[in-house]
Amino acid sequence: MLPALCVSGLTKSFVIHAQGDLALPVLRDVALTVSPGECLALVGPSGAGKSTLLRSLYGNYRADTGSIRIRHDGHWVELVRAEPRRVLDVRRRTMGFVSQFLRVIPRVPAVDVVAEPAVRLGVGADDARRRAESLLEVLGIPAKLWSLPPATFSGGEQQRINIARSLIVDYPVLLLDEPTASLDADNRAGVVKLIHQRREAGAAIVGIFHDVSVRDALATRIHDVALPGTSVGVLA
Amino acid sequence: MKPILSVRGLTKSFGRRVACRDVAFELWPGEVLGIVGESGSGKTTLLNCLAGRLTPDAGSVDYDSAAYGPIDVHGLSEARRRFLSRTEWGFVNQDARDGLRMGVSAGANIGERLMAVGARHYGEIRHTASEWLGRVEIEQDRLDDRPTTYSGGMRQRLQIARNLVSNPRLVFMDEPTGGLDVSVQARILDLLRSLVQTLHLSAVLVTHDLGVARLLTHRLMVMQGGRVVEDGLTDQVLDDPQHAYTQMLVASILPV
Repeated sequence: MLPALCVSGLTKSFVIHAQGDLALPVLRDVALTVSPGECLALVGPSGAGKSTLLRSLYGNYRADTGSIRIRHDGHWVELVRAEPRRVLDVRRRTMGFVSQFLRVIPRVPAVDVVAEPAVRLGVGADDARRRAESLLEVLGIPAKLWSLPPATFSGGEQQRINIARSLIVDYPVLLLDEPTASLDADNRAGVVKLIHQRREAGAAIVGIFHDVSVRDALATRIHDVALPGTSVGVLA
Repeated sequence: MKPILSVRGLTKSFGRRVACRDVAFELWPGEVLGIVGESGSGKTTLLNCLAGRLTPDAGSVDYDSAAYGPIDVHGLSEARRRFLSRTEWGFVNQDARDGLRMGVSAGANIGERLMAVGARHYGEIRHTASEWLGRVEIEQDRLDDRPTTYSGGMRQRLQIARNLVSNPRLVFMDEPTGGLDVSVQARILDLLRSLVQTLHLSAVLVTHDLGVARLLTHRLMVMQGGRVVEDGLTDQVLDDPQHAYTQMLVASILPV
């Protein structure tokens, strides 16, 4: 099967101009490939660049050099130095991202925050809302919260809103940055189940999972970011 | 698909001071472009040059018109440019008083734009005006009141209704939430966000508020001293700023 995501020679450093153009190299010559149905877990010590790699894949961080290619509409699209509208189109239809923190939109109710990515893809408002509600239900968000803006929700609730928002569209590629970080055991199990379903359905997943049980449940391969250019170890 | 706006080599000086220098970009249908930078960086001058309100010293602004096809905005006759600005374009000023006619009713403010695009039936104009008041969350019984009796936030929402009622394709916005209370701001941001999405508008938004830029725009251009020093995807520019000036701007945001 064709891979869904193909990364080679990826290099990324941060240059901090306020500190005399201090350069902090983070990623050096990263290469990885993820196929549909695979879940690649990024591992490595804190500060090794796991989040930086994930954010670079999403185009949130700007890669210095290298290549990030993704299968989009049956074609390979190069994301490094791609035009913004290209990246946005890939994000709308092909690549979802679950971050640790929800960026709240003032005044918008939780159910609409979740439904929005589907509505943007042309799903009818009622249909999208129903999908959103069923996800919120599976994720254990009490129905009385659905119509409230999530700004005042707890960290764990906000994170589950975020997960629902990223899973409402069946993205062929999913990037997960600690999707269960602030969840209790019950909610963690619910999230793991949803992500597992996506993997089984053929999503290509790259994730950071500090919780070893979550990683064991989801990962099919490990990528150690401390070791440039490697992607080793078959788990499942 | 082709760009709705193509800008090349745009330069404008006031006396010896260069307000914007050699600006070039393309805006694509459905895109919202933010222009950010401090006061005096040339943002508003650039916006006014794009909208034909100021004549640049050099460079060109090409607009892909629904009615006329590709046109050079600064080569148009004044009459035609005014027609365009009432039909295919919108311009939301920071101060709603600059974008509204304060001496006539809210209904007339909205209706005037409709008449510019050929509406003649009084009942229908009134109906549409009233519907738009509702869309921008103003009580419909305020239709016959003058904007002088409105609060600042209501005036801004009325200005948005006046601009969008004629179904423009391209909207220019100059600090649309500047000078308003934060709760009023949130309401207008939410409104603009959903209108831009449902009406599939292309827009150029000038703001010094990076939070506003993050919420409303797809792409950012960062201006300093009249030059574009950085541009890219909005979240990338804000989360991984490359230029020293952008890093300084981002680092200056007050956390809440």
